Amino acid sequence: MSGHDFQFCGASLVACANGTLWLPESETLCVSDLHLGKSERIARRAGLMLPPFETLDTLTRLGETITRLNPKTVICLGDSFDDLTAANDLAPDAKSHIIQLQAGRKWLWIEGNHDAGPVDIGGTHVAQTTIGNLTLRHIATDEEAEISGHYHPKHAVAGTARPCFLYDTRRLIMPAFGTYTGGLRSDAAPLKALFPHGAIAVLTGKSAIATPLGKNQRPQDSRGMSY
Amino acid sequence: MTTLPPSISNWFETRGWSLHPHQIDMLTRAQDPSLLLIAPTGGGKTLAGFLPTLAELADGTHQGLHTLYVSPLKALAADIKRNLRRPVEDIGLPIRIEDRTGDTSYTQKRRQRADPPHILLTTPESLALLTSYEDAPRMFAGLQRVVIDEIHALAESKRGDQLMLALSRLQSVAPNLRRVGLSATVEDPAAIAHLLARHPDLCPILIADAGPEPDIAILTTDEQPPWSGGSAKYSIHAVLREVKNHKTTLIFHNTRAQAEIFFHNLWLANDDYLPIGIHHGSLDRTQRDRVEAAMVAGELRAIVCTGTLDLGIDWGDVDLVIQIGAPKNVKRLVQRIGRANHRYNAPSKALLVPANRFEVVECVAALEAVKAHDLDGDPRGAGPRDVLCQHILITACAGPFDADTLFNEVTTVGAYSALTRPAFDDCLDFCATGGYALRAYDKWKRLLQRPDGLWQLRDPRAAQRIRMNIGTIQDTDTLKVRLKGNFKPLGEIEEAFAATLTKGDTFLIGGQIVRYEGLRDLTVEVTRRADKAPKIATFAGTKFATSTQLSARILAMFQQPDWPNLPAHTAAWLALQREVSQLPQVGRILVESFPHDGYAHTCFYGFAGRNAQQTLGLLLTQRMEEKGLNPLGFVATDYATLIWGLDAVTDSAALLTPDGLRDGLETWLAGNAVMKRTFRASATIAGLIERNLPQARKSGRQATFSSDILYDTLSKYDPDHLMLQITREEAMRGLVDFGRIEEMLARTQGAIDHVTLDRLSPLAAPMMLEMGRVPIAGEAREQLMRRAAAELMAEAGLDQFNA
Repeated sequence: MSGHDFQFCGASLVACANGTLWLPESETLCVSDLHLGKSERIARRAGLMLPPFETLDTLTRLGETITRLNPKTVICLGDSFDDLTAANDLAPDAKSHIIQLQAGRKWLWIEGNHDAGPVDIGGTHVAQTTIGNLTLRHIATDEEAEISGHYHPKHAVAGTARPCFLYDTRRLIMPAFGTYTGGLRSDAAPLKALFPHGAIAVLTGKSAIATPLGKNQRPQDSRGMSY
Repeated sequence: MTTLPPSISNWFETRGWSLHPHQIDMLTRAQDPSLLLIAPTGGGKTLAGFLPTLAELADGTHQGLHTLYVSPLKALAADIKRNLRRPVEDIGLPIRIEDRTGDTSYTQKRRQRADPPHILLTTPESLALLTSYEDAPRMFAGLQRVVIDEIHALAESKRGDQLMLALSRLQSVAPNLRRVGLSATVEDPAAIAHLLARHPDLCPILIADAGPEPDIAILTTDEQPPWSGGSAKYSIHAVLREVKNHKTTLIFHNTRAQAEIFFHNLWLANDDYLPIGIHHGSLDRTQRDRVEAAMVAGELRAIVCTGTLDLGIDWGDVDLVIQIGAPKNVKRLVQRIGRANHRYNAPSKALLVPANRFEVVECVAALEAVKAHDLDGDPRGAGPRDVLCQHILITACAGPFDADTLFNEVTTVGAYSALTRPAFDDCLDFCATGGYALRAYDKWKRLLQRPDGLWQLRDPRAAQRIRMNIGTIQDTDTLKVRLKGNFKPLGEIEEAFAATLTKGDTFLIGGQIVRYEGLRDLTVEVTRRADKAPKIATFAGTKFATSTQLSARILAMFQQPDWPNLPAHTAAWLALQREVSQLPQVGRILVESFPHDGYAHTCFYGFAGRNAQQTLGLLLTQRMEEKGLNPLGFVATDYATLIWGLDAVTDSAALLTPDGLRDGLETWLAGNAVMKRTFRASATIAGLIERNLPQARKSGRQATFSSDILYDTLSKYDPDHLMLQITREEAMRGLVDFGRIEEMLARTQGAIDHVTLDRLSPLAAPMMLEMGRVPIAGEAREQLMRRAAAELMAEAGLDQFNA
């Protein structure tokens, strides 16, 4: 699995092709926006019964990364659950799957707008955390040296759009890791406002591809479904 | 036998009108439970359908709804309303006639349900919606007749299946309901009759006199058609000459893009300023209305159009039809020709214009097929299960239902008459629980079985969402196009096309050249340009595949010793092909290998139609990739697939093994974008996902995700799920059209002629100029992206970031 190595506010980071962030110095693995239990929430709220396999798929992919990197700490950067009911109603095997992943390491759940409250699953529940001089929280603020999620950025190169990391000298925004997550175009107003002086986008997928923002802007595929 | 009351027959007499024999037949057989009338355009088909209704309603004793008229077009319903009201008002018949379509106002619709008119004119979708209301049994209780207009068009799509399922419901409410189908000339009337009648009822077929033979020829031009392309620009002056010599001309095209380009070129050459309009599905509704109004008023000398004018509105004075480009399908050609001269018993006049050299052959073949009355068409398979799923949900909206009763009702529909109970139960289970191997939705089931055995919606509020998603027409994902700073839309373009545009690109829409400026709130913003030619010449429209029968005629023509029926330039071209290589035959696949432009080229002449040849390209390049032949790309036409790459193909038989191709469909093609599009269409119809509403697309953007993800997830964790079974079934036709590959394999039985040449063959040469070349994805795509990204990084002085 390829990764994009870069320096951010004095720290060495690796933006991995699968959408996770690796902090080698502290052996920390960071993922954002897992949205576990999304199909359950959609069924509850919209009455649609989507293929109910996204929690298993998300956890399986996360598990593969954890096995490979064996992190000391895992930080889930918010919106780990699609809502608190979905978290508490998670199937027993999904809960035990999470507990297995947590074994032998520190596990932080950072609060998101979808899951603002403690859940009945192991790990520590916090509003935000710091590693060295870096602050990790769900939604970006004006603070410097900050890593956040929430926006699900995506960016297109050569006509193909992929979920991406976005960073400049002050902030880093992570892509969504959950299987049932969509993306927000990198040129959408909220992201433009966060990166007024441009940014580097690191596209995820088969390989991590870094490219500057503000170039090669095309209308991207906006098909999708909303709930 | 129903006789016309004197008031009506007198009215005909005073106008000097007499009924056609088939109109009298329709009255004679008015009591038949089902009846199919096949009549050419202009044969007074619609009146024939309505005469029994007028006769039965003339005494004013019938209360409530008597006749339901269903047509594929909203515009047709409105048109019929006008035409029918005239005699009804003149004669003073006590008959109320109203239409009901997506355009009807909310209050009008409510009133219609409480107090329905005698004759209601509607579309399949509006009818399906009506059957979803709890009061449907009351509204339709007295219904006597249903008249289905243009049933041949409905029968070709899922709209027909949905309509017939809705009729099976109405028949339960109104057991004496009689069905009448009105059809244009088709190759297999019995198949339409099977769809129309309540199974196993018999359905008599009335065939009206077809009228005189059409006057049809290939347009003669001074210039020769080009080797490739679809613009037919060479014919512009000849076409203008014909327009001038006739009163009103319809100029049909197969795609919107071709219509746009032709219209543009026509205006550049239109020195006499003949009033000529354009009409196609991407144009804004108001623009189309204006063209239609001008046409009805007789203000236009010609209309450049697409399939949108295949049906419907009687234009009256059309005396010439010109078909630009090969007709692809003989039946549609005959129906288009019928648009010229709506006067019964006058020959229709039509001219064919081949857009390129190969199409000359195809046009001549089509012409001969028309003269031989040899119509084409593919037999329809069993009723699609995604439509059945939607029907089950619609039934649930109307109230609790019994599964046995519904199953018995559904199997009275011709297309579903062979449906097995387990297949029905799978659909019911899908609607109720999602039908997943993982039973995850016990708490949130959509349908519940009550203690008394009836099924009902778990949450009655779900009915509203289900109703909003009724229908089987796929919104092609289009974006509105607007002039910058102007509110008025010019039309629509497909999202896939919009995605290829960069700022500054110019393209055609509504006959004008515009410059792409950007995307704003899902609207494409453009500015007007005075350029002579657009930079981007084309945008995707429907690309019809040449029919199996027409392909067979072309192959048969290739085997003639010489070609006196073809123009000299085309005959010489085929003779040269025969000399340097060979001409393809019906029972064999011709493969040609030759070097060109530094790459190894291989051309597979499968004559399987554009979609199947495209699929064949995807499958063959994948097999070549596996064999290390390094394919770089391919292009497909209706008759062949041309693949180029680094290494020459020597063993084409190994690439074309039936098992290998079928395996490719199951495994590799399963991950392809065409399969994902097929899945999305069926998943929307079956109610797994909801239609993409514009307001939903605008809000909550990062909360949206593509149905491709659902397809991938389902394929990975539940590969035998009903939705994937349906997707594979759909792949046999439509965009994937694997059925035509099977037809090719069955026809050739492994007989392959592989010819190795030292240069390009005459038959392959035009393919070099074809648009729509497909680069091979996979590792090549990844490399392309990496390179593009690296270039941008370097350009921005950021190349040190790439480790």
